[in-house]
Amino acid sequence: MPQGDYIKEHIKEHGHRLDYFERIRKKEAREPHKKSQIVKRTRGIKAKLLNKQNFVEKVQQRKKVAALCQKKIDKKTEQPLVHGSVPPYLLDRQAASSAKVLSNTIKEKRKEKAGKWEVPLPKVRPVADDEIFRVIYTGKRKKKQWKRMVTKVTFVGDGFTRKPPKYERFIRPMGLRFKKAHVTHPELKTTFCLDIIGVKKNPQSSLYSSLGVITKGTIIEVNVSDLGLVTNTGKVVWGKYAQVTNNPENDGCINAVLLV
Amino acid sequence: MRSSDTNSLADKTGIVQFIAPDGSATGPSFDVSFGIDASHLERILNSFLSNEDLVPYSFYIQNEEIRGTIAATLSSKPEISPETTIKIDYHPQSQYVVRPVSRCQGSLTGHQESVLGVAFSPDGTGLASCSGDKTLRLWDLTTQTPFKTCEGHKNWVLCLSWSPDGQKIVTGDLNGCIFVWNPANGQSICKQLKLHSKWITSLCWEPLHLNVESERFASGSKDCSVRIWNCRTGSCEQTFTAHTKGITCIKWGGEGLLYSASQDTSVKVWNVSTGVLVYSLDGHGHWVNTMALSTEYALRVGSFSFESPCRIDPSYRDQLKQKSLENYKRVSLGREERLVSGSDDFTLFLWIPKNGNKPIARMVGHQQLVNMVCFSPNQQFIASASFDRSIRIWNGLTGAFICVLRGHVSCVYQICWSPDSRLLLSGSKDSTLKLWDISKHQLRLNLPGHADEVFSVDWSPDGSKVASGSKDRTVKIWHH
Repeated sequence: MPQGDYIKEHIKEHGHRLDYFERIRKKEAREPHKKSQIVKRTRGIKAKLLNKQNFVEKVQQRKKVAALCQKKIDKKTEQPLVHGSVPPYLLDRQAASSAKVLSNTIKEKRKEKAGKWEVPLPKVRPVADDEIFRVIYTGKRKKKQWKRMVTKVTFVGDGFTRKPPKYERFIRPMGLRFKKAHVTHPELKTTFCLDIIGVKKNPQSSLYSSLGVITKGTIIEVNVSDLGLVTNTGKVVWGKYAQVTNNPENDGCINAVLLV
Repeated sequence: MRSSDTNSLADKTGIVQFIAPDGSATGPSFDVSFGIDASHLERILNSFLSNEDLVPYSFYIQNEEIRGTIAATLSSKPEISPETTIKIDYHPQSQYVVRPVSRCQGSLTGHQESVLGVAFSPDGTGLASCSGDKTLRLWDLTTQTPFKTCEGHKNWVLCLSWSPDGQKIVTGDLNGCIFVWNPANGQSICKQLKLHSKWITSLCWEPLHLNVESERFASGSKDCSVRIWNCRTGSCEQTFTAHTKGITCIKWGGEGLLYSASQDTSVKVWNVSTGVLVYSLDGHGHWVNTMALSTEYALRVGSFSFESPCRIDPSYRDQLKQKSLENYKRVSLGREERLVSGSDDFTLFLWIPKNGNKPIARMVGHQQLVNMVCFSPNQQFIASASFDRSIRIWNGLTGAFICVLRGHVSCVYQICWSPDSRLLLSGSKDSTLKLWDISKHQLRLNLPGHADEVFSVDWSPDGSKVASGSKDRTVKIWHH
């Protein structure tokens, strides 16, 4: 290894060897042959490493070539399918609607955090525990009082199976189990008989919500796929909330108002 | 009180004079008992006009329709004294009644993106639909299967228009390119016409009675210019650039005037042959979204007539010209061409462009922007669809409000009339179509079926079918 620049100085002063460029050219021409001999001869782990290295280089080369070729093709002709096409009368109105959607989603999130919902019946009459549950006396001498029977209308899901009767604490009688509700659309003023998907919240207590007890003012989720409602983005809405407006245990049916 | 008035009036007699739609008197004034009703008046009028077939008419006393007896109508208008000669305006109704469409006969799938426009050919035998998947598709109506797919556009195809002789379809896209297609074989007739720099919002052909070759059309674009093209030479003949904001709608009138509505709140009237701006109709406070001409239906169907359908071979140019001129004269009823424009400022204006740039009437009532206005084919009514979910019907002559039709739960996007002007069809964002009865001012039928917003509707000019294109990528055909 030269420890100074005396080689460079000599080249500056006297120029290269007379056959310098010839030799360089020939050396470079021999490179591919040498390389191929090495690749043919190496075996084992060395070969694997070498092949990996070569593959990486090959990929880079290919990408370069492809990039150079691409430049020749006119970019304007290829445009992928953009979704969300709208007719001309809606074209200039899209920006406003997407902004509205954003602000609406933020408002919804805030409302959910606060736990406040705009419902048709904001306040309901508080119902006491002893009105909803009736004590069932069990045991050999009918002295045990740990079982309760629900006296209001309940909703149990499709896949509901009772707990083993010996250990059941809350009894929900089959006669008071309902699957459908008469839901009124507040603007169209028409009523539909829709399936209940679940009980979202009973304003009396979270215990009733988890049991599925439906009293006046309960928020239930109903299956609105029959109505054919669609969201802004094009998805079909199949579940919506509704609030119960009558006392189902007195009337024998559940009447509700859709929360739009 | 009222019933006794009617009773007393019904026994009385008085002098009555028929007034034709263009304002002239028809027949002599005659003495008649007020107890007779519209059907009797019809017979009398038919005999005055010596019509071979009984033509149905609707009668109005000072814009109030005579539904029952003359006495009933007069009692609701106490300012008219039964002693003077009572002028009764009549309006001819179509002899043939279009049957209301009630069921979805077929759903044409094939588009990969939402369908942005559907249009029937002027004689009702062909159907074309343009979509966001960059294609124009032609459908065979007898078998309800796809006929041809026309590819060539590089971006959403926004609008389409059939030429009045039914031999060409012109489509415009989001890049500003225009293609002209031959509906018989789906090939493009001339090379792509690209001079607009922004998207095409509206296309309109020259009326058939002005040019039988039907080779010129106008295009309006968001780049504030209107261009007149000739599809035979493939060149742009004229450019009108007086608007300062994008054009929203273009109409080519039957008298050689071109109307363009723009977002700069004005409607400009151009004389096509000289290329001069005739009037600028100002008055709106916000974007002018839509326009309609009173003779629009006649200009669209060209030589085809719903009352007497007969196919004229397009090569017989003189017959075509004569028939289309007849149609135009019959529909225009001797009145000047009227123009109604609807805007984002929730109002509509009624203009007679030939007479000047002062509006005849300002029609107020909508609570949200007006998306589409449409004259009925017999010029009697104007219907306006708005984003406030209602449709309003106005008098086509004076612009007076007649009634409001409510029923949709979301913005009403497009409306179209049946060829006999008795039924109105509306397509809305709530994915339903609704059929309205104009004589009763009521909803006739609800037509749900689409899964997503309905972007465009069209009634076939022979009255038998309706096509609707929606965001759910299907075109549905509805029948009686």
